[in-house]
Amino acid sequence: MRKLLVANRGEIARRVFRTARAMGIATVAVFSDPDADAPHVREADEAVHLAGATPAETYLDIDRVLDAAIRTGADAVHPGYGFLSENADFARACLAAGLTFVGPSPEAIEAMGSKIAAKELMVAAGVPVLGAEGFPLLVKAAFGGGGRGMRIARTEAELAEALAVAEREARAAFGDGTVFVERYVERPRHVEVQIFGDTHGKVIHLFERECSIQRRYQKVIEEAPSPAVGPELREALCAAAVAAGRALHYVGAGTVEFVLDPSGDFFFLEVNTRLQVEHPVTELVTGLDLVELQLRVAMGEPLDVEPWLRGHAVEARLYAEDVPAGFVPTSGRIERFLVPPVEGVRVDAGYEDGSTVSTFYDAMLAKVVAHGDTREHAVGRLVEALAGSHVHGLPTNRQLLVSVLRHPEFAAGRLDTGFLERHDPVRLGTEPFDPLHAVAAALAGQAARRAAAVVQRTIPSGWRNVATGLHRTRYLVGDREVEVGYALGRAGDRIEVDGTALVDVRVWQATPTLVDLTVEGVRRRFDVQLRGATAHVDGLGVSAVLEELERLPEPGSRVAAGSLTAPLPGSVVAVHVAVGDEVVAGQPLVVLEAMKMQHSVAAVEAGTVAEVTVAVGDQVDGGAVLVVVDGAGGDG
Amino acid sequence: MAVVNPAVDTASDTYRANREALLDLLAEHDEQLEVVRAGGGPRYVERHRQRGKLLVRERIEALVDPDSAFLELSPLAAYGSQFHVGGSIVTGIGVISGVECVVIAHEPTVRGGSMNPYTLRKNLRAFEIARANRLPVVNLVESGGADLPTQADLFVPAGNIFRELTQLSALGIPTIALVFGSSTAGGAYVPGMCDHAVMVDRQAKVFLGGPPLVKMATGEESDDESLGGAAMHARVSGLADHFAVDELDCIRIGREIVADLDWRKLGPGPSRRPDEPLADPEELLGIASADLRVPFDPKAVIARVVDGSRFDEYKAEYGTSLVTGWASIHGYPVGILANARGVLFMDEAEKATEFILLANQTDTPLVFLQNVTGFMVGKDYEQAGIIKDGAKMINAVANSTVPHLTVIMGASYGAGNYGMCGRAYDPRFLFAWPNARIAVMGPQQLAGVLSIVARQGAQAAGRPFDEEADAIERRRVEEQIESESRALFMTGKVFDDGIIDPRDTRTVLGIALSAVHSNRVEGRRGFGVFRM
Repeated sequence: MRKLLVANRGEIARRVFRTARAMGIATVAVFSDPDADAPHVREADEAVHLAGATPAETYLDIDRVLDAAIRTGADAVHPGYGFLSENADFARACLAAGLTFVGPSPEAIEAMGSKIAAKELMVAAGVPVLGAEGFPLLVKAAFGGGGRGMRIARTEAELAEALAVAEREARAAFGDGTVFVERYVERPRHVEVQIFGDTHGKVIHLFERECSIQRRYQKVIEEAPSPAVGPELREALCAAAVAAGRALHYVGAGTVEFVLDPSGDFFFLEVNTRLQVEHPVTELVTGLDLVELQLRVAMGEPLDVEPWLRGHAVEARLYAEDVPAGFVPTSGRIERFLVPPVEGVRVDAGYEDGSTVSTFYDAMLAKVVAHGDTREHAVGRLVEALAGSHVHGLPTNRQLLVSVLRHPEFAAGRLDTGFLERHDPVRLGTEPFDPLHAVAAALAGQAARRAAAVVQRTIPSGWRNVATGLHRTRYLVGDREVEVGYALGRAGDRIEVDGTALVDVRVWQATPTLVDLTVEGVRRRFDVQLRGATAHVDGLGVSAVLEELERLPEPGSRVAAGSLTAPLPGSVVAVHVAVGDEVVAGQPLVVLEAMKMQHSVAAVEAGTVAEVTVAVGDQVDGGAVLVVVDGAGGDG
Repeated sequence: MAVVNPAVDTASDTYRANREALLDLLAEHDEQLEVVRAGGGPRYVERHRQRGKLLVRERIEALVDPDSAFLELSPLAAYGSQFHVGGSIVTGIGVISGVECVVIAHEPTVRGGSMNPYTLRKNLRAFEIARANRLPVVNLVESGGADLPTQADLFVPAGNIFRELTQLSALGIPTIALVFGSSTAGGAYVPGMCDHAVMVDRQAKVFLGGPPLVKMATGEESDDESLGGAAMHARVSGLADHFAVDELDCIRIGREIVADLDWRKLGPGPSRRPDEPLADPEELLGIASADLRVPFDPKAVIARVVDGSRFDEYKAEYGTSLVTGWASIHGYPVGILANARGVLFMDEAEKATEFILLANQTDTPLVFLQNVTGFMVGKDYEQAGIIKDGAKMINAVANSTVPHLTVIMGASYGAGNYGMCGRAYDPRFLFAWPNARIAVMGPQQLAGVLSIVARQGAQAAGRPFDEEADAIERRRVEEQIESESRALFMTGKVFDDGIIDPRDTRTVLGIALSAVHSNRVEGRRGFGVFRM
């Protein structure tokens, strides 16, 4: 292998390049229009542009990806995860083009593509699987994933309904409505085993990972080893996984997923025939480079490792998403991306300062992975890194991650996939509001205004010879309004929040990026980043985003009553109304698609459509006005 | 540049006594400012608020750039008079959309913002500052017109307001009227004479005659809105260029108007390092003499005012009762003249004259730090021609065209006041420390002179001289002069631009220097520098 093309983007492309470089293998990236300036493009030796933005016309286009490989003279292709990684046709096409496909055989991929066939194979190999008797039952799509086409039925009556709904969803999402049922495990834990097979018939395991912290079937926090797995269970699990691999004549990196019930019984779920997102936790506890193993296996080398567990590793997936809004993916420019260096912490990021997160791809910004001698140690390091990180420009799930990692149930290892249903993610994911963040924003704001003053720049801030009280700045934090008043100077620094004076105040330093102040005898420092009216304040382990309200707003600048705005950025796929139409409350008016999900914008009240500002195909920003409805009761 | 930083003994009795006295004077000053800030008192303030209106200082706060400085001028005008202290008007230098402007704002809670002779004096002084320094003028209008009982003192000179406004406009100095309330009769010409007018909906009332007067004059029935409302002026008469839905909208539009002036200052910007002085300005309170018979070292003051305490002295060994030299304040180069021992002799007068000529040659603004008891008197000095030397200095000060800034930090007596650029010599700005005394001479001297003259008169007439009555009269005169020469009294008469806290001297001079550079800074040309 001389030159490796990575048919992927973001952190996984960078991850693969890193190992390839270390092994002396040249690297080739592919990139779509929105990714033209992405780090993964810059870090590859060569890159090929796949014109277009949607995954279908870029990273999922087999012909174009193969053409890129041929054009650059690559002799191997690594699919990463997602996109074409579990596409047997792609694997086959690579082989047909004379390229090494870094992954299992097309047959193995195909065999695992249907969950029904996979289950049958596992039964034959003696791997425990879930039966289909009794209730509750889980209806699943045979070719699905990500929770779509999945329904729980607790009674006979519910089953018919669940089957119908699941079928419909599966057909819509995967083009195949085949579904199957199996026993539903209450309070399940998700435990998976990393396996590796070589071309000489050897299949080994690299121990288990637990990925029970999920939201909407999407893994959020993963760790290795599992706190629920003792030596005996580990042996059984790993033996089952190796048996599964052998049954498939598995080559390369694979993951055998199990569901673990509270009694310690485990059942086969599926095999992922790719490198998993969460592979770094296995790397940290085994000291192995999984990508290196993949490449060596692909080159035909025999597996020659005797893995053993060292310490504990925990990974958190940092997503660009609005947790309180219901895990809505967010997009935009990342003004700052910084995870502080913490010993034992590894950051696999696809983005950096100034990167743009587009609506076209997965919103995972980075994986922050910590290793420690014990679970507690690793979790502590991970919290330190996440709590101290600065991600500015768009909402992220950072606070949710920190809250989960700090949660007593998590600390006790009492996990199951319902964790984020039991514990309100909105509460866990909302950055706690501390008035000092608003104070820091206000003080940094005044420093910035002084620094930008065109006249009298060196005159003391807000100086008055006839004292007139405090200077006031108002902010919006979430949907809460907060007013900060301040006066600095010889008479002593004074600060008020919402009209209440803070006591024992001293401002040691206030610059546009740093505020160092004492309140009630305690001195604290805040990092501030100001972008237009937005202030990002990091301090006390909290990252606050504050929108400064205009001091003198233009009277017409408020959004007209009856305006319906885009709940998130996306593209308009349907407009159901035209100007003059009468609408009733709840009637869908516009449908937006973002991140593969369709969001309907409905009328809030009955009225007449006064304005339609978008058309099908338009790309809109979150908050953009889509339709204006004159309410029947409104004054127009 | 050389650093000046003479030792100050902060443990000395003099220092402590000065500090205590200055703090008392500042407290007295603050008390009066409190009265000014309270406007027409709780009842009128409450009524004003109930009408949904902002107080005058709230309007100004919203108008100026956040965190910028506002230098209020003559805040204690009318102190010691029959009128409300403050003069029913607020004037000052503020930064609006990055432009230094003169702000003139009526105080509507004091007798409806009506004008009395002190209001007029303060208003005209603000225009003078706008004209000399080429600063755009923003009027915040809400005034019931003339305070009628005082109309006799007011009516004739008040015409100047409209004349000044239009002359400013003709000089290329923009004038803006933000009308928040009544602006009637003569007052209607303020928006009328300004280049830009903004009126607040259902608050602005701009007409020559209100409904009662119209009814009396012509029998016509009318109302405020149709005669002079914002909607009418914006849509019908065209007097309002902008219609504001409320006060904040009016202020927002005013800020936009200023931003759109695309104002360029004609003077150079700051060119020196504007670092803070090495010595602590706080110590100025202990340095400034409370007892003006005790001189103090002006270099100790300079060390607490100028950038980095850097001061290159000119003729350090000559005419040492006056300190002269070069420095910079907030980055602006200045020449400083400061009295060291009160009296001006011949050498001091000549030194000052040469120094002023040098500053004019290099277009450098001058700062006068006054603590002057006058030109020396006595046979030797008269015979040596002190009048001629004093005349040179006064001539130079009078004809110098670089901006002059004067701070009275102690005594300001006699012709010394003139030579050191007193008010009559048109400094661009003049401020006083609270311990300042301004008079033709010291109270004791003045009383003594009167006594001597009376004694001579008695002798000439052959009348016996009543020693007892003389002693009483001397004391009376001394007390009267003492009180009339106080800084508070002078500031009440608008003979300065305000009393300042000595610790703010650097800041106030920095703002003033920045303001004067809105205009060209050019010295007098024609002759070379005379070596006296």
